[in-house]
Amino acid sequence: MDRKISNWIKRGCLYVVLVAGAVMFVVPFYWMVLASLKTPEEAFRLDLIPSRITLDSYRYMLERIPVWKGLLNSFVFAGSVTLITLIFTSMAGYALARLKFRGRDVLFSIMLLTMMIPFQLLMIPLYIIVVKLHWMNSFAGLILPVSMNALGVFIFRQFFRTVPQELIDAARIDGAGEWRILFQIMMPISKPAVVTVAILTFMGPWNDLLWPLLVMRDQELMPLAQMATLFGLEGQGGQWGSIMAVNTMLAFPVIVLYLFFQRYFIESVGSSGMKG
Amino acid sequence: MKGKRAGYWLVLPYVVFLLVFMAYPVLFSVWLTFHDWNLVSPDIPFVGLENYKRLLNDDLFFKALWNTLRFILINIPLQIGLALILAVALNQPLKGRGFFRGAYFLPVVTSGVVISFLWAWMLSTDDGLINGLLQKAGLHPVPWLTSETWAMPSIAWVAAWKNLGYYVVIFLAGLQSIPKQLYEAARIDGATSLQCFFRITIPMLNPAMLLVVILSTINGFQLFTEPYIMTGGGPANSSLSVVMYIYKNAFQSLDMGYAATIGLVLALIILSVSMIQKRLLEKDVTY
Repeated sequence: MDRKISNWIKRGCLYVVLVAGAVMFVVPFYWMVLASLKTPEEAFRLDLIPSRITLDSYRYMLERIPVWKGLLNSFVFAGSVTLITLIFTSMAGYALARLKFRGRDVLFSIMLLTMMIPFQLLMIPLYIIVVKLHWMNSFAGLILPVSMNALGVFIFRQFFRTVPQELIDAARIDGAGEWRILFQIMMPISKPAVVTVAILTFMGPWNDLLWPLLVMRDQELMPLAQMATLFGLEGQGGQWGSIMAVNTMLAFPVIVLYLFFQRYFIESVGSSGMKG
Repeated sequence: MKGKRAGYWLVLPYVVFLLVFMAYPVLFSVWLTFHDWNLVSPDIPFVGLENYKRLLNDDLFFKALWNTLRFILINIPLQIGLALILAVALNQPLKGRGFFRGAYFLPVVTSGVVISFLWAWMLSTDDGLINGLLQKAGLHPVPWLTSETWAMPSIAWVAAWKNLGYYVVIFLAGLQSIPKQLYEAARIDGATSLQCFFRITIPMLNPAMLLVVILSTINGFQLFTEPYIMTGGGPANSSLSVVMYIYKNAFQSLDMGYAATIGLVLALIILSVSMIQKRLLEKDVTY
């Protein structure tokens, strides 16, 4: 009997901790969306349910910055980087995992080494390269210098190593070349690796601020993260409501993706040691 | 033979990327640290070790470095303490674990820009949620982001809040790899829950703990978005991070050589931390 009660208390405490944690992480997001929908007069009140919902903050934001353009630019930026990474790092990963050629092991060591180079070391020379190539203020300048990552090569290599050799041999006997083997056999059976690389790669440019800040000058070409930052910092409105509106627009696509692919997100980010 | 040639073709694009956007920039960076250049001038004078000398006498650089260390020193205990509590709670057989884990991970996937603005508002002195709650409880409002004392600790809290879910996942994996027999044996010997926690859980979590310390250190040295948005490095440079200082030197003062020098020093710091990480993790992975 005593044991049963102490068990109940224990479970109660656990739920209190877990719920407190969830409140701590979810309430700020609720507060953000709420603030974007409140009237300016009510924006600073602490009530959790407003008396009136309005889209004024969104209207205000849309009048001042080309938000839809920003969303599109973000998709182009993050989408292109993801596509380029998927194609070329899977190629490199396949070669490093399954083909023999001279310099393979050296290349793999160099690749591992590059994973430790912080972006802050590269950003000044990359910026200068972009200026010299007249790529400033262009998608080429924004995308190409960050278009691949060693992590992709690494993940694909690890995954391709687990594919049975018989499968590859059978394909070779049937006359398939290495390109066909990679794109028609390896890739379709490597969904977990593809999803992991895609998620990790997409989140980087979508959430990035520093690199766009260096390359893009023209508001029409900026990804939304940069547009939102300048909008918030230059205090064009100085209104928290409209800043939370653009914040909501920026967070929304990734959160929706996250809700659909939660397990993959947690596994891929959790297994890679990469920050969000 | 055919396979050999295919191998070269397959790695070619990635190798080109490595050479153009990694190897060349690294060498260029090192070269820049010995030169003085404002990006527009056609001649780029060689200045030897001038940039390094300047760095050693630059109070603002050391202030930025100290700020960054302060950030890390506040950030790490917060991450470990809170992540440990949440991970231990999540590790129990309870309903809704998936939901809780999912909720904790939400800030991890969200942009630092979103989180910085959100917390800049919640922490703002006059109209923020936090001070509103404090005042309701009869307390004085705190100038979270506008005082030299509180600016960096506030930023450290926000960064901890953003990454906590990630560290919960690491700890959870660590907890699940502890053999159940250890606890059973301890129970038979009459150990209490608390004893089990401090004698078994904590020591067995050491590798995960180490990983968290090192990852937060590397992350901490790269701090940029939060102070850039929340405080602009102020007040009185009390939240200026090293990366912000590089950014200011390079893109506001166009002092490329000097900025590259700070960048190289920062990279060396981060590289040494990563090296230590590699060493320690290689040793600890087998347990």
